[in-house]
Formats: sequence, structure tokens, C-alpha cells
Amino acid sequence: MAAVIPDQSHDHPHGPSGLMRWITTTNHKDIGTMYLIFSFIMFLAGGVMALAIRAELFQPGLQVVAPEFFNQLTSLHGLVMVFGAIMPAFVGFANWQIPLMIGASDMAFARMNNWSFWLLPPAAILLIGSFFVPGGATGAGWTLYPPLSIQMGMGMDMAIFAIHIMGVSSIMGAINIVVTILNMRAPGMTMMKLPLFCWTWLITAYLLIAVMPVLAGAVTMLLTDRHFGTSFFNAAGGGDPVLYQHVFWFFGHPEVYILILPAFGIISQIIPTFARKPLFGYASMVYATASIAVLSFIVWAHHMFTTGMPVTGQLFFMYATMLIAVPTGVKVFNWVATMWRGSMSFESPMLWATGFIFVFTMGGFTGLICAIAPIDIQIHDTYYVVAHFHYVMVAGSLFALFGGAYYWLPKWTGRMPDERIGKLHFWCSMVSFNITFFPLHFLGLAGMPRRVPDYALQFADFNAIATVGAFGFGLSQLIFLWVIVKAARGEGQPAAARAWENADGLEWTVPSPAPHHTFEEAPVVR
Amino acid sequence: MSSCARWAVLAIALAAAQASSAQSRYNFQQPVSEVAGQIYDLHTLMLLICLVIFVVVFGVMFWAVFHHRKSRGAVAAKFHENTVVEIVWTIIPFLILVGMAYPATRTILNMKDTSEAELTIKVTGFQWRWGYDYLQGEGEGIRIVSNMSTPREQIEGKADKGEHYLLEVDNPLVVPVGRKVRLLTTANDVIHAWWVPAFGVKQDAIPGFIRDTWFRAEQEGVFRGVCAELCGRDHAFMPIEVHVLSASEYSAWAEKQLAARAELAAEAAREWTPGELAERGSKVYATNCAACHQPDGKGIQPVFPALDGSAVVLGEHEPLVDTVLKGRAGTAMAAFGGQLSDLEIAAVTTYLRNAWGNNVGDHVAPAEVAAGRAR
Ligand code: HEC
Ligand code: HEM
Ligand SMILES: [Cu+2]
Ligand SMILES: [Cu+2]
Repeated sequence: MAAVIPDQSHDHPHGPSGLMRWITTTNHKDIGTMYLIFSFIMFLAGGVMALAIRAELFQPGLQVVAPEFFNQLTSLHGLVMVFGAIMPAFVGFANWQIPLMIGASDMAFARMNNWSFWLLPPAAILLIGSFFVPGGATGAGWTLYPPLSIQMGMGMDMAIFAIHIMGVSSIMGAINIVVTILNMRAPGMTMMKLPLFCWTWLITAYLLIAVMPVLAGAVTMLLTDRHFGTSFFNAAGGGDPVLYQHVFWFFGHPEVYILILPAFGIISQIIPTFARKPLFGYASMVYATASIAVLSFIVWAHHMFTTGMPVTGQLFFMYATMLIAVPTGVKVFNWVATMWRGSMSFESPMLWATGFIFVFTMGGFTGLICAIAPIDIQIHDTYYVVAHFHYVMVAGSLFALFGGAYYWLPKWTGRMPDERIGKLHFWCSMVSFNITFFPLHFLGLAGMPRRVPDYALQFADFNAIATVGAFGFGLSQLIFLWVIVKAARGEGQPAAARAWENADGLEWTVPSPAPHHTFEEAPVVR
Repeated sequence: MSSCARWAVLAIALAAAQASSAQSRYNFQQPVSEVAGQIYDLHTLMLLICLVIFVVVFGVMFWAVFHHRKSRGAVAAKFHENTVVEIVWTIIPFLILVGMAYPATRTILNMKDTSEAELTIKVTGFQWRWGYDYLQGEGEGIRIVSNMSTPREQIEGKADKGEHYLLEVDNPLVVPVGRKVRLLTTANDVIHAWWVPAFGVKQDAIPGFIRDTWFRAEQEGVFRGVCAELCGRDHAFMPIEVHVLSASEYSAWAEKQLAARAELAAEAAREWTPGELAERGSKVYATNCAACHQPDGKGIQPVFPALDGSAVVLGEHEPLVDTVLKGRAGTAMAAFGGQLSDLEIAAVTTYLRNAWGNNVGDHVAPAEVAAGRAR
């Protein structure tokens, strides 16, 4: 036996070892892992900022942070969560799962893949490092509206560069995903057999390629207004501050679908598995996703109803926005119809998926309410909006990410997630999430503006409740760390190749954990 | 299912109960204008429709969650793809949306109709106060600068917080009841937003541009609002207070204001001693400058420079007056020419030159500021 030299290339990384392995790797699984770890670290960083914000808001009056630092915290919390936590997490999922799901050996551009990850840490250092430069980080909100953002110190320039770098990274990642899905599918996998997670990511990737350059343009104009004497957004020089808002939200609204479409994909993988029944309407899910993506380009000014648009503008953007509710509704109905008369079991991934449908849909309802322009005039820039977008981004994107992590953890680590701890994580998160964010609806309706470090006395009770909930939510995430670390250290029940009873798809045909190289010979899909 | 229904009833009851209390905690504030009333009703309608859909969709889902479980012996059905069902659940939501869009469109058309106003007031957002100029109608020529009046000690927890904590100002906006008031909003430095929930008005105030909106208060009383657009450090501290008076009270108030203005103009024209100027200047400084440059003149490094010992403050009059009059483009130092009178700018610059460690010993005359404006 000793004389036989086994072919190690199939389950072990080759090339440099130690740190250099990670720096030079072109393997989609390694890169996926790095994305996921990076995004979790950023999630914790953004979470600490959120807790500092909530601590200040525990009671009326200024106790914990000064107002200017408070503004820096909200701005960076938003930027870090959107660009550092949620987006890279989905790219991490794409890296791990897309090749496995379409039967490809790796991503199309393996070296570019390495680059698109390694651009992120410098961007994160610029962003978080900006707290420590003179004047501190930018305090203009994650939307960076001028003229306020023109007044900021050098922390603002660092944020601009960080956005440039993260934008480049996203575009490279998106191109990679598009090419991989279009060119590297296993023989027999036609587009209409593509798993929904891949479909939603394909559409998301197109959105990214379309709008990240727009954001880069917007912040570059800020940069030249700040330092090179241009007046894009300065009325005194013939510019217009509202122009920035148009450009930003032309990026910004598709961006919110960039954050949610892959989540829809994950949920559409999980529900059929645990309902033991095929997805009710595969084709209509694909069409709904595509129409959401198309509509997302013509609704941007619903973020600007209070800027004083002409009547026709308000009407157009109101109608267009309301229209998005139709394909979104189709998705929810589809999931429910898939569950109907299934044979369901509620392991952790399914718990998260069911929880997702419930809370995400609440965010959908408040979104519809925000779409009604006259109502939005009252609730724009209040805590109602803060509640709305956390229902769709935390209860939506983040909960779907958790569901997906539990679902594919066996494939990544070879161990089943610990069900007891996983359920604890779910219930703690679900309850504390609602304690944190549900009262914010009331605060917004009753008149509490957002982005304020202090507030009038009638808002005190709900703010105190929200702060208690937020600390509970923050702590609950350590339970997740526990599940992951346990599985990653090889503790717990070993997973079979098909880790879940009714799981369908090519990723379940390779062993768990997936060996370093998979599908070097393409499988054939019938 | 029945628990869903109970929740729905509870929520409706809560909403209804709130409609009768003035200071709302769960719902919109009590509307005092037609538009705010329409918005209130629109929201109630939307809430009810959403509740019904919520109950139906989640009724089905939770029914499945509890009954169609493997552990209860459920066997998965094999159906999928049903074109009729899919068309139905596309069309019905669409029709519901059309039903929602109709009243919303009516309200938008109403909100946007700023014609035939009886009073026109220009609202200017400053970092961090509001200025009001009565441009047209009864009271034309009145000018108000409105600062938050909640003392710093309350904010910092060194004193008990008052009833209208953060929602009170020194000089409120005053309007007559039942008359259509058109507001022209603009700003001096960054974007602000003028928001009074009870009137259903929220309008961004954008530097360099003028936008308009309107309200007609249907009830006398005091109504409060805040700046709704992030505008920098003291965004949370630039409230709005509107006093709605009866026609006769309003006329009396307007007359008094105009008389006071005339008196002020006469006052500015007379000779001021350096001592009087400096004393006046310390007040101007406290309300307008101390937020950034700090009461002790030491500023906040590195964003807001110290004025104590500043070369500009201690140097020639002209550049100093220009700095205050015209501000510094691209920085937080705004132009104060729009909000402060010649006298006030002369007073505050005189004060600066002789406050803290500064000891130039001369004074700046109002005429020098007038000359500065002409430059
Ligand atoms: C919003 C914050 C803010 C307020 C309010 C403010 N300033 Fe300033 N001020 C600044 C900033 C920032 C600078 C530095 C501008 C620069 O970088 O050139 C400055 C600069 C100055 C300077 C020049 C100092 C120097 O050494 O260059 C003077 C004089 C001055 N301010 C006077 C005033 C007076 C008088 C008031 C009140 C009427 C006032 N400021 C209100 C932010 C403010
Ligand atoms: C631990 C959970 C979280 C808590 C307690 C929390 C809390 C908060 C709070 C208090 C604000 C400030 C609102 C304001 O003043 O306007 C805020 C803003 C925001 N949050 Fe979160 N948040 C959490 C997670 C997330 C996540 C996961 C995202 C992901 C996308 C996110 C995205 C945002 C954005 C975009 C803003 C707006 C920032 C701005 O106003 O510029 N948050 N959050
Ligand atoms: Cu949007
Ligand atoms: Cu403000």
C-alpha cells in the first residue's frame, strides 16, 4: 500500500501552504470561504456600531456618544452592513455554490476571482480606518448626500475610495458569475433547468454590472466637487444637489434588489427540499425575478418624494413602485403553494426559510405603504423607514443567508449543523429581531425622525424596548458562531453526500465535505 | 387562524383608540389640515387591506405549517405549475393596487396645488435653525429666526427635561387659522426638511433652489415638528413650532411684529458704544456661533477652528467681516449675511475681538458691515 502514491489533487489543496495558500488561491471553495469569513467579521463590526447607536438611544438625552460621532456611527453602520456584510456574503455563497450547482469545476476566471476577494480587505481598512483620522469618519449617512458630504473631513475621501474599490470588486465578481453560469453549465443543464439560486444570482450579477459604475460615478463627482473645483452638486456653481440623489438612487434601488434577489434564490432552494415537493411555479419564479429586476430601474425616485418633484414625477414613480408588489407577491404565493400539502419538516434551514417568508413579507407590506407617495411624505426619513428596511434587509437578506448557511454547512464542513443550537439561534434571533424593530414602526408614525442621537420624551418607551431587543439580537449572533465553529472543527454528526433527505441538485451528488476539486469531469444532466 | 384574527381586531382597536388622543404613540398625530386628514385615512385604508392579505396568506401558510408536516404523517402531493392559479394571483393583486392608487392620486393632486395662497412665507434652513420671511399677505415683511430653546443642561442630563423637550423654540412661526399658507423652502448651507406632521407637510429645503408646499390649519393651537433631513451635528436640535392663531389675534401679532421691526431698524441706526456692541454680540454669539466654535471660543479640533487667538479674528476688520457675512465655501462656516443684521454682525465681530484671551480693544461699526455687503 505504501508504494502507491495516491492522487492527492482531488481532496487536498496543492501549491503553497499556510497563509500563502489563502493569498494565492484560485479555488472557488477557498475564495467562497474567505468571502464568508470576511462578511461575518464585517457583520460583527457593523453590529457593534448598531449597538453603540442603540445604546445612545436607550434614553432621551445625550449619554454615550457625541452627536457628530453618532452620525459617523450611523453612516458607517449602513455602509459596512450593505457593502461589507450582506453583499460579500452573497458572493461567498455564489462562489461556493454556483460551480457545485451547475456541475462546473470552478469559476470561469479563477485568478480574477482571487483579486475580487483580495480587494475587499483594503477597502474595509479604509472604511473602518476613517474613524481614526482627523475629523473622523463621514457623518453624512450611508447615502452621502451633498452638500453635507462636501463639508466632511478626509474620512469622506476614504469612504469614497473604499466604495470605488468595493465597486471594482463587485463588478469583477459579477462578470465572473455571469460567464460561469452562461458558459460552464454541465451538459444537459438548459437555462430552464438552472437551479433558482443560480438564476437569481445571474440576474443580480447583471444588476451589479449595470449600477456599480453609476455609484462610482456619483461618488467621483463628490470627490471632484470636494477637491477639484467642480460644481456638479453646488447650486452656486450651476449644479444641483438633487442631481446627486437621482444618480445615487438610480444605483440605490437596484442595489436593494441586489441584496434581496439571491436571498429569494436561497429560499427557493430550501423550501422544496423540506416540503419534499417541487417548487410550485419554477418558470413564474424566473419571470418574477426578471421583472423585479427590470422594474427596479424605473422606481428610484420613490426615495425622493419629499424633494419636491413635479406631480407627474410623483405619480409615475408611485405607480411604478406599486407595480413591483405584483411579482414580489407571486414569489410569496409560490413559496406558500410549495409548502401547501407538502410533507414538511422543520430542521434549522427550513425554520429560517419559513421565518424569512413571515418577516420579509411584513417588510413588503410596509414597503407598499411607503410606496404611496402621500403617506411616504409623512414617514420618509422617520423610524418607520428604518423599520421597513431592516425588515427587508435583516429579516430578508440576513435571515436567508442564515438559512442558506445551515442548509449548505454539511457540504462545506462535512458535518450536520447542531440542530439544538441552530434552533436556539433561530428563536432567539426571531424574537429579539421583532422586539428591536417592530416598535420602530410606531415611533416613525408618531413622528420620530431618523438619524438623530436624541428625541422627544413621548418616544422614550419604544426606544428603550428596541435597545433591549438589539442587544439580545447582537448576542444571539454569537450562537451562530458557535454552530459554525463546531461544524468547522469536525464536531457533530457526519453528513452524507445528500445531507438532507429530499435535497435535489448536483451539489448533493458530491461527497460532504466537498473535496477541493469537484466536477473535473462534467456530470450529465438528464 | 383565530389568533391572527384576534391580532387584527386588536390592531384596529388600537388604531381607532389612538385617533382620539392628541399626542399619538402608535399612529400618526391627530391631523389638523385637510391633507393630513387624507393621509391619515389613506394609511388606515392601506393598513386594513394589508391586514386582510396578511391574514389570508399567513392563514394558509401556518395551516400548512401545522397540518402538512411529515411528523403528522402528511404525504407530499405532487402538483405544481398551474397556469390558472398563477394568472389569478397576478391579476387580483394588480386590481387591489389600482384600488389603492386611486385615492392616493387624488391626495397627491391636492398636495401639489399651491395656487391661491393667502399668505406666502419663505422658510430657510440653516445649520441649525429655521428662518421665516413673510413675503406676501398679512404680515408681509415680518422676519423670524427660530432657534431651539431647550437648554443644553437638559440634553446633557444636568437638569430635568421639560414637557416639550427638543420640540420648543424661542421664536415660533405664527399663522392664522383657516387660511391657505404657501411655504417656499430653501436652505443656506445643506439640505434640511421642514416637517410638521399635524399639517401633513414635509418638504426638503435645498440650498440654491426654491420648492413650495402648502397647508391650511383647521384648528388653533401649537403644533410641533422637526427637521427631517440629516443636516449635520445638530440635526436633532432644530425643531419647528407653529402657533395657529385666530384671525384677530394674528392681526394683532403681525402689527406688533412690524412695529418691533421698525423700532429695531431705528435702534440699529443710532450710535452704539463699543461696550453695548460687545454685550449684544455675546448674545448673538451664544445663539449663532457657539454650537460650532464653543462657548469658550476654543472650537472643536480639527473641524471647527478656535476663535480665541485666531489670526482672522485679531487681524483686519474687512476679512473678518467678510468671513461672517459670506461664509467659507465648501466648509461648515455658512454665510450669516442672510440671517443676521448689520448691527448683529458688527456686534458679534466686536465681541470676538474682545472676548476670552482676545483683546484688540477696538470695535466694528454697523456701517462697515453695510459696506461689506456692498463689496
Ligand atoms: C456650522 C458650524 C459653524 C457655525 C455655526 C459658525 N462657524 Fe465659523 N467656522 C466654521 C468652520 C468649519 C470654520 C473654518 C472654515 C475654514 O476651514 O476655512 C469657521 C471659521 C470661522 C472664522 C475664521 C476663523 C479662522 O481662524 O480662519 C470666523 C471668524 C468665524 N468662523 C466666525 C463665526 C461666527 C461669528 C459665527 C456666528 C455668527 C460662526 N463662525 C458660526 C464653522 C461654523
Ligand atoms: C444588529 C442588528 C441591527 C441593528 C440593531 C441595527 C440598528 C440600526 C439603527 C439604530 C440605525 C440608525 C437609524 C437612524 O438613525 O436612521 C440603523 C441604520 C441602518 N441600518 Fe441597521 N441595524 C442592524 C442591522 C443591519 C443590517 C444587517 C443591515 C444590512 C443591510 C443594516 C442596514 C442599515 C442601513 C442601510 C441603515 C441606514 C444608515 C443611514 O441612516 O445612513 N442594519 N440600523
Ligand atoms: Cu427604492
Ligand atoms: Cu436636519
